[in-house]
Amino acid sequence: MIKTVVRVGLPVGEDLHIRKNRLSPQTGGPGRRVSIVTGTHGDELEGQYVCYALQRRIQAQPELLRGTVDIYPALNPLGLNSVTRGIPGFDLDMNRSFPGQPDGDMNEAVAAEIVQDLLGSDLCLDIHASNIFLTEIPQIRINELHAAQLLPLARLANVDLVWVHSNATVLESTLAYSLNSRGTPTLVVEMGVGMRITKSYGDQLVDGIFRLMAELGVWRGDVPEVRAPVVSQPPEEVAFLNAPVSGIWLKHLDHGARLRAGDVLGEILDPLRGQVLCAVTAPVDGWLFTVREYPVVDQGSLLARILPGGER
Amino acid sequence: MERQIVYESRSLYRDDFRVTGFAFGQGEPAMCIVGSMRGNEYQQLYICSQLVRRLGELEAQGRLVPDRQILVIPCVNPYSMNLQKRFWCIDNTDINRMFPGYALGETTQRVAAGVFDQIQRYQYGVQFSSFYMPGAFVPHVRIMKTGYEDREMAVRFGLPYVVLHAPRPFDTTTLNYNWQIWDTKAFTLYTASNSRVDRPSAHQAVEAVLGFMADQDLLRYHRHGSFYLSRVVESEDMIALRADRAGFFESFVVPGQEVEAGEDLARILDPYLGTEQSRVTAPAAGTVAFVRDEAMTYESTTVVKLIPSDD
Repeated sequence: MIKTVVRVGLPVGEDLHIRKNRLSPQTGGPGRRVSIVTGTHGDELEGQYVCYALQRRIQAQPELLRGTVDIYPALNPLGLNSVTRGIPGFDLDMNRSFPGQPDGDMNEAVAAEIVQDLLGSDLCLDIHASNIFLTEIPQIRINELHAAQLLPLARLANVDLVWVHSNATVLESTLAYSLNSRGTPTLVVEMGVGMRITKSYGDQLVDGIFRLMAELGVWRGDVPEVRAPVVSQPPEEVAFLNAPVSGIWLKHLDHGARLRAGDVLGEILDPLRGQVLCAVTAPVDGWLFTVREYPVVDQGSLLARILPGGER
Repeated sequence: MERQIVYESRSLYRDDFRVTGFAFGQGEPAMCIVGSMRGNEYQQLYICSQLVRRLGELEAQGRLVPDRQILVIPCVNPYSMNLQKRFWCIDNTDINRMFPGYALGETTQRVAAGVFDQIQRYQYGVQFSSFYMPGAFVPHVRIMKTGYEDREMAVRFGLPYVVLHAPRPFDTTTLNYNWQIWDTKAFTLYTASNSRVDRPSAHQAVEAVLGFMADQDLLRYHRHGSFYLSRVVESEDMIALRADRAGFFESFVVPGQEVEAGEDLARILDPYLGTEQSRVTAPAAGTVAFVRDEAMTYESTTVVKLIPSDD
């Protein structure tokens, strides 16, 4: 059943609707609830396929559903419609506006209504696709404050990496932090790249969602085997590689590559002079789990993230 | 006056990115003033340019107190100003959400780190900033309640209001917050406008800063123009009035105007029919602190803020 979670009037003959589709079991009570949210950043589209594919598989065997699945494909519909990462008209990052305020400004009120609707879920998956600049292997990111509760769930999600990172105050404005700190377990998935859909990653994650639904008693059917993710936890440090100079980034290696220290990940070029400005090399042996896709770089632009030691 | 490069980096196809500062006097780093950090903060740049001009004249007249240095950085983000884009050119990040910065991090983290490295030793810090929503403010000094804030000193700018603001998580990466954490007495000044130059309000801001400097014995100077006994208000005590409908927005009031309880402040017109759909009415007597200045409004958007009367 499709329900409008938030409605706000826009200036000229249009309302903004944030909608969800609720899939309910055919018999019995509502059971436990799993919520799938995506489309917070209008340039991240990987979650669109996940919402579709998950529903298709549930619809094929609806009698196996024993709980409630709420699917929110577009928290930022105007952003999705206009290839805009933030909230158009305000130039705000929606994922820095949570938990919002019910009597606050439009964006804060919208954020508060979204949080209110999601609270009480037994599990929430917040699906992102990095941004238009970076490609990521399928991974779950967990704030260390919530690791004890989330790590066992993340291990079932069929991702390649679980990255437990340290807390930063600014991250307290994210949807995931707002939900986790209010008792609704929320996993943040990052995979693929902005403005594209990587079907294989979507299918991989949908398998993981079925495994999680089975764990929670929301799904009674057979579930696929899931892969055991590499888990990175503090104090282990992820290596960040930033562009030492501005130029055009030419990627040599794809995300997921195993690296030896000294391997060339790519080069930064100067097309005006026909020169290589620098070769970017791996500082350590490791696993390339993020790599830059977008060629134009400023000095400082993120080029890669490497998990030292590599795949274990 | 010494012109200096506070931070620079090279670009592939554009001129070098340069943050330019203007230093007056030599000695103890006494006061730093930072202007536009976003590409649409023209008023902030204009005010700083006028401050540079006035400080240059006052320095030539020998009015600077010896052994104190004043630094003015009119613009931290010329790249975005030249594109008429509010945030960073490539990735749309906000430099004022990157402090204290990280010299080995992403581009705007590096800009923040490079600038902060040069300005964090100052005793006083003033930033001219803007609100994320388009509108006009009553001039005020805004300080974050970090535990280090100095509200008595904020009053010395002589602007009509001092607004105390409890920081939210996303405020912890602003310049004002980080200045305070690193022992600079930090004040953010809001004037009437943002992307349009408002000369009277810019003049008031220049006089406020020069007067503050005279008060802190950095400058021998007599204020020109009005000096207000600022009223200190908590930002959560301000009354935010939201549009209950979307449509054309017509304001009847201007910032600084006193209004009575029940007074109509604005109205919203149907975008097709031209008829009035709703009115924004003052729930209590007070002073108009903020008015939206766009032609249209979304529903549920703050269009007017009131500072309630204190009696």
